[in-house]
Amino acid sequence: MPTISKFGAAALLAGSLAMSACANKAPKELPPEPGPATTTDATSGTLGPAPGSHADFLAFTQGDDTIYFDTDRYNIDSVDAAALTKQAEWLNRYPGKRATIEGHCDERGTRDYNLALGERRANAAKNYLVGLGIAPTRLTTVSYGKERPVALGSNESAWAQNRRAATITVE
Amino acid sequence: MIARILPLLALCALAGAVPASAQVSIEAEPVAQEDAEPGLSLDDGGLTGSVSDESEWQDLGIAITTFATDRDVPTQTNAGSTAALGRSLSQIIADNLRNNGLFKPSGPLGLPQPSFSEVQAPDYPVWNLRSTEMLVQGYVVANADGQLTVGCYLYDVALKQQLAKAGWIVAPSDWRRAAHKCSDLVYSRLSGESPFFDSRIAYIAETGPKDRRMKRLAIMDSDGANHRYITSGQATALTPRYSPDYKSLLYLSYLNGKPSIYVYDLDTNRQRLVTTSSNPTFAPRWSPDGKWILYSMAIAGNTDIYRVSSSGGASQRLTNTPGIDVGGSFSPDGSRIVFESDRSGSQQIYVMNADGSNQRRISFFGGRSATPEWSPRGDQIAFTHMAGNFRIAVMRPEGGGLRHLTDSWQDEAPTWSPNGRIIQFFRTERTSGKATIWQVDLTGRNERRLPTPVDASDPAWGPIRP
Repeated sequence: MPTISKFGAAALLAGSLAMSACANKAPKELPPEPGPATTTDATSGTLGPAPGSHADFLAFTQGDDTIYFDTDRYNIDSVDAAALTKQAEWLNRYPGKRATIEGHCDERGTRDYNLALGERRANAAKNYLVGLGIAPTRLTTVSYGKERPVALGSNESAWAQNRRAATITVE
Repeated sequence: MIARILPLLALCALAGAVPASAQVSIEAEPVAQEDAEPGLSLDDGGLTGSVSDESEWQDLGIAITTFATDRDVPTQTNAGSTAALGRSLSQIIADNLRNNGLFKPSGPLGLPQPSFSEVQAPDYPVWNLRSTEMLVQGYVVANADGQLTVGCYLYDVALKQQLAKAGWIVAPSDWRRAAHKCSDLVYSRLSGESPFFDSRIAYIAETGPKDRRMKRLAIMDSDGANHRYITSGQATALTPRYSPDYKSLLYLSYLNGKPSIYVYDLDTNRQRLVTTSSNPTFAPRWSPDGKWILYSMAIAGNTDIYRVSSSGGASQRLTNTPGIDVGGSFSPDGSRIVFESDRSGSQQIYVMNADGSNQRRISFFGGRSATPEWSPRGDQIAFTHMAGNFRIAVMRPEGGGLRHLTDSWQDEAPTWSPNGRIIQFFRTERTSGKATIWQVDLTGRNERRLPTPVDASDPAWGPIRP
C-alpha cells in the first residue's frame, strides 16, 4: 500500500488563528465543512460562536477537529498528536462538554472490515485524548466505516480525506 | 409470512386428464454430487455434468411451451386467468433458464402451444421436425378452493421419453414458486446439480448522493420478483442475512446511532438486538441449521468474532487476538468457520473449528483477502481478493486453488446460490459510488446484473425455500 504523508504538517505546527486558512493538514480539495462552522467567519471579530458550542470547538481547533490516517492504519502520528492536543485543550476548558469521535474509512475496503477499522481509528483518537487527561466517560466512539465519505472522488486525494477520525462535541 | 407450497399428491383426482403415473412429486430431483467432475455423461436418458463446463448443454435445443389449462377461468393471482397464468409460468421458466446463462431455451413465444391433453402426450414428430431436443410442458388448473395446481413435465424428444415430472398445489400469492420449482426440476434433471431457483435474496437498496446514501433493507425472489422493502431508510441498514427457515433476518442498523446487529422477525415485523452489550456489533451470519448466530463486536477498538444461540443467551467469544477478526461463515456441516483477520498485518482468510479452536490462515495469494463465504456444497470458499481491483474469487477450504471469477474496479461480498454453483456480489462504480448486484457462475463466463428497482448492495442469497 502506498504511504501517504500527512498534509501540511509544518503549517499546522506554526498554526495561529490568522493562518487558519492554510493550516488544515487535509488535502486542498477539502469540501466545505458541514454545519454552522463555516458561517462563523462571516461575522468576524466581535460576534464569534457561542463559547463552548461545537462551532466554538471548530473555530478553536481550526481544522484539527479531524485527524487523518494512512491506508489500513490507525496510529496517532505527531501531526495527529498536535491536533488531539488542541482538542484536549478545548475540552479541558469546557469540562461539562462531551464528545463523540467518528471513525471513517475510504471506499477502497470491504464493508465489515471498514466498520471495524473505523472503530479502531476512533478509539485510537479517544485513547490519546484520555492520555491527555480527558475523562473517558466524556468520550464516545462510533464507526461509520465507508458509509460517510466527505470527499466524493475515487482517487488517492479523496481517499486520504476520508480516512479520518472526526471529533464532534455535544452538550 | 411464508405461505406453504404443497407437493402434489393427488394430481389425478384434481385433473382428470392426468394419468396416475403423475402422482409422484419431485421424484426426479437429483442429489448434489459430491465430486461433480467437469464434463458430460449420459445417464439413463438424462444428462449430468457441472456448471464448470456447461458449454455442451448450453447447446441443448430446449423448448419451453405455454402451460395449458383445462378451463380458462379467473384466478386470485396477479397474473390473471389460468390461461394467462400458464403463459406467465412458462415465461418465468424460460427467463430463469436463459438469464442464468445455463441454457438457451426457446419459447414460449413462437412455439406451438400444446393442448391440455397433449401435456402428458407430446406430439413428438412436431418437435422432432423443429430439432427440439428437450421439451418442457405443463398445465395450470384452478381448484375449487382457490388454490392452483401446476404440473411440470420434461421430455427427451429424441428418446420419446419423459425425463422428469412434478406437480404442486400453490396458494394464489405463491404462484411464481411453481415456475421456480419447475425451473429447478428441469435444471436439476439436465445438469445433475441441486436446485436453486426457488429461493429468496435479502439485500440493501441504495438511493441518494454518495456522501448521504439512504440504505434500506429489502427482500426479493431469486429472479427479482416479489420485491419488498423492510426498513424505511431513516436509519442506515447494512449486511442482511436470511435465516435458513426464512422466518427472520439478521442485519446491521444505525437505529440507535451506532452500528448494531438486529434479529428481524418477518412474521411479527419486530426486531431485537443480537446482544445486550452496548459495544458496536456487525457482520452477522447464521449457522446452516439456524441455531447459532455469528457476529463481530468491537471492544475498545479491538474486534473479535462471537457466537450466540439464535434463541438468545450469553455470547461466546471465538477469537482472541489483537487486531480485527471479522465476518465468519460456517461450513455446511456447521463444524468449522471461515473468517477474516488482519492479525498477520493485512486482511487474510482463516479457518477455525466452530468452538474457536485450531485457527489457521489459508489465504496466501498476495494482496488482501476478505469476506470469505463457505459454499453450501462445502468444496469452495468465495471471497473478495483485493490486489489492485477488487475481484470475486474462489479457493479451496484447505487453501490454494485460487480462481478469479470477476475483474472489475470493485466487486465485493460474495454470497452463494443454494446449490453452490452461482455467486452473487455487488459491484461499485468508480467515482459515482453507485452499487449494483451481479451474479457469476463458477466458470466466470456467465456474468449478469440482477434487476433491482434502485441501486443495490450487500446481497445475501438464502437457501432453497422450505
